[in-house]
Amino acid sequence: MPTETNGLASPLFSSDDAERSCSVTLQFEGQTLTVPAGATVAAALLLRGAAPFRTTPVTSAPRAPYCMMGVCFECLVEVDGKPGRQACLTTVRDGMVIRRQLGASALASPGEGDTDER
Amino acid sequence: MNANVMDLVIVGAGPAGLAAATEARAWGLSVAVLDEQPATGGQIYRGVEASTTKARSVLGEDYAAGALLTKAFAQSGARHIAGASVWNVGRDLKVNYLSDGTGQVLQARSIILASGAMERPFPIPGWTLPGVMGAGAAQILIKNAGALPSEPVVLAGCGPLLYLLAVQYLQAGVKLKALVHTTRRADYLRAMPYLPSALRGWQDLRKGMRMLQQLRRHNVPVYAGAEAFSVKGDDRAEAFCFVHKGRAHRIETSLVLLHQGVVPNTQISLSLRAKHSWSDTQLCWLPETDDYGQIEDTGIYIAGDSRGIVGAKASAEQGRLAAIGVASKLQFPDKTERKTRERLVRAELRKYLRIRPFLEALYRPMASHRMPADDAVTVCRCEEVTAGQIRKYVEVGCQGPNQTKAFGRCGMGPCQGRLCGLTVTELIAQARDVSPEVVGYYRIRPPIKPVTLGELAG
Repeated sequence: MPTETNGLASPLFSSDDAERSCSVTLQFEGQTLTVPAGATVAAALLLRGAAPFRTTPVTSAPRAPYCMMGVCFECLVEVDGKPGRQACLTTVRDGMVIRRQLGASALASPGEGDTDER
Repeated sequence: MNANVMDLVIVGAGPAGLAAATEARAWGLSVAVLDEQPATGGQIYRGVEASTTKARSVLGEDYAAGALLTKAFAQSGARHIAGASVWNVGRDLKVNYLSDGTGQVLQARSIILASGAMERPFPIPGWTLPGVMGAGAAQILIKNAGALPSEPVVLAGCGPLLYLLAVQYLQAGVKLKALVHTTRRADYLRAMPYLPSALRGWQDLRKGMRMLQQLRRHNVPVYAGAEAFSVKGDDRAEAFCFVHKGRAHRIETSLVLLHQGVVPNTQISLSLRAKHSWSDTQLCWLPETDDYGQIEDTGIYIAGDSRGIVGAKASAEQGRLAAIGVASKLQFPDKTERKTRERLVRAELRKYLRIRPFLEALYRPMASHRMPADDAVTVCRCEEVTAGQIRKYVEVGCQGPNQTKAFGRCGMGPCQGRLCGLTVTELIAQARDVSPEVVGYYRIRPPIKPVTLGELAG
């Protein structure tokens, strides 16, 4: 199955909009990405070829955003150590640390320091 | 938790919510509007205030016109609470929401639910693969980040939004590999009786004709009346397959954008135990309300697409109408003044509703794309329950969606049945050979968004 690598694929989406500045820097699976300010985490990651975002708890199937509006929960990622965040409802911030969510997430206990909890 | 009392709390800052807020302010009510997004506009006018000139030219004049609503709202004096995820609305008129990871509560004297619509699920083989998204989702990507497909793309399904996205892509210079739609002769025949009414809303009809002309001008390969959709690929989309005029087609593509209409987002009204009935024309559940959109005599109103799909302009009028209902209930405004205003709003509303029966009949999503015959198709994406499993549950006595939860956790994942509920209802109804009304829907309970104990305590 995929997603054992941290690698980025060729992005499904791109933005050549010169009016938009790529001024936000974040970490995704240990790599530094510059992304457009004001974008959601889901949009930013799609622009950088980060799909899949997660694997399912039941069969470890790869998934990526489907609805982009908070309905489908396919874009769940780990943001700053907190699992189960909806990437499509989260706006990018400088210094954000994002990881794929592999398998079952701990929707419970998003306490501090649980970054390595898997 | 400090409870602020507001005359009116509105859930959703799309056209219905914004228009309702502006109207209610004009009648002197205190108003708060809660919305999950950072800016107002809902999905249809998403990011309109911050949009670039280029984005507006790509998205079109209807989108740009949304700025009128957002501006009027900004000047209305209503409170906008952005980034708020509502997880409970109570009949005690309390609204609980999460903001920045902490729980908050607002006490209202009345509530308007304007939670809008979502794209109808499109359960076909391969629809869970990365690289398969809703056409509406792809449009949100333009609005939020100016993101466009990197490679020529396939658009498939039916409905106005599919054509609108196609035209927006062409305008932005994106190449379409194919537009594969399911609308056929039988659909035109079904829609014919509603044409005279639609013609009276001729501006909308003309817009539709223009879109089709543009597709022809750009020589987009269009496959009309196609069926048997599927997406192929191991761990991502690699090809889109369908049958057209009896011949099987396969188009290599890494991005497939599906759409077969939108349905009301009824999660809140369902959690309130409001009565909902099955619509055979919209193929979804509609909450039962009075003329102003009020649920029973609760002081809770519904406006816009979450009450039944009506489109952005009618949604705004329904928002205004609900606000007038709230105002007359809370503070007895001058009767003549109210009646005059109400007559105006209702006339506008009627105007915008004229085209709906025609659109519903013409773009009715096909049965085989709502109730997949292939047993292997995933229906519940969260818990990975297939169509075949659901049919098996029925064989051993499962009567409705709630029981599927016990059989195989269907509908119990984080999306709380949003992406499988309609499919499960229709599949069970089909297998039992009864109407969806008899089968019913999931019992939706708060919290309607996943909330952690820490956030509740926060």
